[in-house]
Amino acid sequence: MSALPTAALAKDREVSIGLQAAITSMDPHYHNLSPNNSMMLHMFEPLIRRDANQKPVPSLATSWRAVDDLTWEFKLRKNVRFHDGSPFTAEDVVFTLKRVPNVPNSPSSFATFTKPIVDVKVVDPHTIVFKTATPHVLLPSDLASVLIVSKGAGEKAATEDYNSGKAAIGTGPYKFAEYVPNQRVVLKANYGYWGGEEPWDKITFKILTNPAARVAALLSGDVQMIETVPTSDIAKLSKDPKFNLVDKVSNRVIYVHLNQSTEKSPPFVTDKSGKPLEKNPFRDARVRKALSMGINRDAIADRIMEKKAVPAAQLLPDFFYGTSKKLKPARFDPEGAKKLLAEAGYPNGFAITIHGPNNRYINDDKIAQAIAQFYTRIGVDAKVETMPSAVYFTRATKLEFGYMVLGWGTESGEQGSSLRSLLATYDRNKGMGVTNRGRYSNPELDKALTIALVTMDEKKREALIQQAAEIAMNDTALIPIHYEVSTWATAKGLRYEARTDQYTLASGLKPAK
Amino acid sequence: MLAYTIRRFGQSFIVLVFMSFLVFVGVYAIGNPVELLVNPQADEAERIRATAALGLDKPFLEQYWGFLKGAAKGDLGKSFVFNVPALTLILEKLPATIELAFVAMVIAISLGIPLGLVAGLKPDSFIGRGIMAGSIMGFSLPTFWVGLVLIMIFSVHLGWLPSNGRGETVLVAGIPVSFLTMDGIAHLAMPATNLALFKLSLLIRLTRAGTREAVLQDYVKFARAKGLPQRRVIGVHVLKNILIPIVTVIGLELGSVIAFAIVTESIFAWPGTGKLLIDSINQLDRPVIVAYLLVIVSLFVVINFVVDVLYSLLDPRVRLGGAAAAH
Repeated sequence: MSALPTAALAKDREVSIGLQAAITSMDPHYHNLSPNNSMMLHMFEPLIRRDANQKPVPSLATSWRAVDDLTWEFKLRKNVRFHDGSPFTAEDVVFTLKRVPNVPNSPSSFATFTKPIVDVKVVDPHTIVFKTATPHVLLPSDLASVLIVSKGAGEKAATEDYNSGKAAIGTGPYKFAEYVPNQRVVLKANYGYWGGEEPWDKITFKILTNPAARVAALLSGDVQMIETVPTSDIAKLSKDPKFNLVDKVSNRVIYVHLNQSTEKSPPFVTDKSGKPLEKNPFRDARVRKALSMGINRDAIADRIMEKKAVPAAQLLPDFFYGTSKKLKPARFDPEGAKKLLAEAGYPNGFAITIHGPNNRYINDDKIAQAIAQFYTRIGVDAKVETMPSAVYFTRATKLEFGYMVLGWGTESGEQGSSLRSLLATYDRNKGMGVTNRGRYSNPELDKALTIALVTMDEKKREALIQQAAEIAMNDTALIPIHYEVSTWATAKGLRYEARTDQYTLASGLKPAK
Repeated sequence: MLAYTIRRFGQSFIVLVFMSFLVFVGVYAIGNPVELLVNPQADEAERIRATAALGLDKPFLEQYWGFLKGAAKGDLGKSFVFNVPALTLILEKLPATIELAFVAMVIAISLGIPLGLVAGLKPDSFIGRGIMAGSIMGFSLPTFWVGLVLIMIFSVHLGWLPSNGRGETVLVAGIPVSFLTMDGIAHLAMPATNLALFKLSLLIRLTRAGTREAVLQDYVKFARAKGLPQRRVIGVHVLKNILIPIVTVIGLELGSVIAFAIVTESIFAWPGTGKLLIDSINQLDRPVIVAYLLVIVSLFVVINFVVDVLYSLLDPRVRLGGAAAAH
């Protein structure tokens, strides 16, 4: 008789979760990709973790400080054990930093985050000092992306050994149980976890890339939670008392880059008769502003996104680090936009083709269509051409388009890094403007960002980034459309702590009280 | 027969080489995989490193030559995304797809031929018309819609069958199969039915047309006049004569079911190669795309060969290749 309640209890502590994208590896340093990073956080931990709002909080490090401009001291957590029972010490951190840039065949490595560190000193098993060549205030933020692996298990291990589970030894709340690429990941609870007891004994993540299949799996009870509920099913699920829906604005902004790389017409921009223009209209701030005012962001958020989007004024929602509360989304004002275009010398408008992906962001092709329709009201003829992301991004990077709908997720949770990637003057070797497909260039903005990068005082630094954001956005350096809102649906009786980074973490899924 | 086989496979080999070249050119033209794989925040050094790690820094022809050299040794390259040999990735998924395709074809054949015979023998009866009406539905309803309706009925409302995935497997001759376990059958039932529906309708129509033509032939009338029982007239005289086109179509369709079960696989999250192919195309994972198409072309070659052999068994007048040429 006594066996019965235990068995029932054990079953209750099992959960299945439907994920939208494949996990390409169980090696935490192989592929810097959101779905992987989210999955790895179950088994491995960074020195500094990001909470549901992407604020940095202590994880394997208990405290950290900048000793001087080039030196950082981290105190490590004591009494932490890896899944195999070995203790966690500074040696594991040293080993991890060595391994990160040297993972063979990595299609997207984490070396970007460890590169600024030029020297590591182990003071004692729980104190470690990092040296950088130049002042690097983002070090704590960078290290939040680097997961610590065990030296003992990882020393001779290759990516295959992580995939097989042999080397997948971390300090995290869950342990490796099974990995079948493109199909499922099974994890078991790590009962010795330093952070206390977790809600689940066993978690099965199923890869359900088809949105309808994901919803069907939830409806039929095959999984108890799904991520990224398709917008068309949100209304139905939110009315159904058997399910709970949670959502949260994410760190992903959908925006438009305007190609300013050419003196004359950029590609796919002409006058209304199809002839190239004498000047590149996108180099005129008034034209950029008009194109921003010509978009009805509220209508896109309400109708196309089923309210699962928030009109955007900058690159991150304004509760993130480095965002300015002064910036507000451009108001829809077709008359004002027309006036601005006339002032800039285009009283009759011009013609553009809006390019965008059709399988990358939520409703990406419909957003492009909507923008084209709004533009007829400001006298700009807009055609729409969308294509699979496999084709689109290669061509966009080659600047083959004029008006590009794009998206950007800020994994670091601080606006400085997005401004640097998207709007600083393009210089790939310096790591500035690496994804600046608009080739916007503003010395004032570059200056603010460069100073911010070496300003160690947090308050001063944030003020500088806010200032940079205001410079860029008041100049309409790009056109922000909206922030995507991520949604999760759970079976009734469960509640998920929604996150801004769109991660799906079993630790955040708990029985509702 | 031997000469025929050798020539047949020689031709197939040329097809394989030619196709691998086309795929290489195609993927090269679509886009740059590094663009999709590398984190957008990465700097130039990281891009250069990733390009080199994937071997994409070499000139196009050198990349293709490297592939050919590897292929000669049975190495079709490593997946850009998963970092495992592309062939391993595919062979791991292939049993699931082949199982699904075979079960679907078994359903289609075992129902399609008898139903088609009935409809052909009694074209004007209520049953005959009912079967034909049903086959029109099977033709015209889109696969993904039928799949979703099946899930809504049997998983969501009735709760009888699981909505996704493959069930428990057992090893038969080293290959994992799921149709021998109860759990496996429960998982297999809906996707196999879904996949079978179109082929079933096709076979019904084909069998019916053949039957209607055959029953009017003199040899059938003669067999009847001889007083042969109905069962023998239909089973031997009618069926055997109409089987040639049916076997051809079954062969072709089996190939296409294996190669293009993509829609069904993604709706039911069936862990087969179709899903793998779509994901690989979206990610421009060239080694997997190339390896997949090579495997599928090889499969078609084998199936067509088996079909040819079956012809000669069904119709003694058909002689395989070499003999015919010698006439």
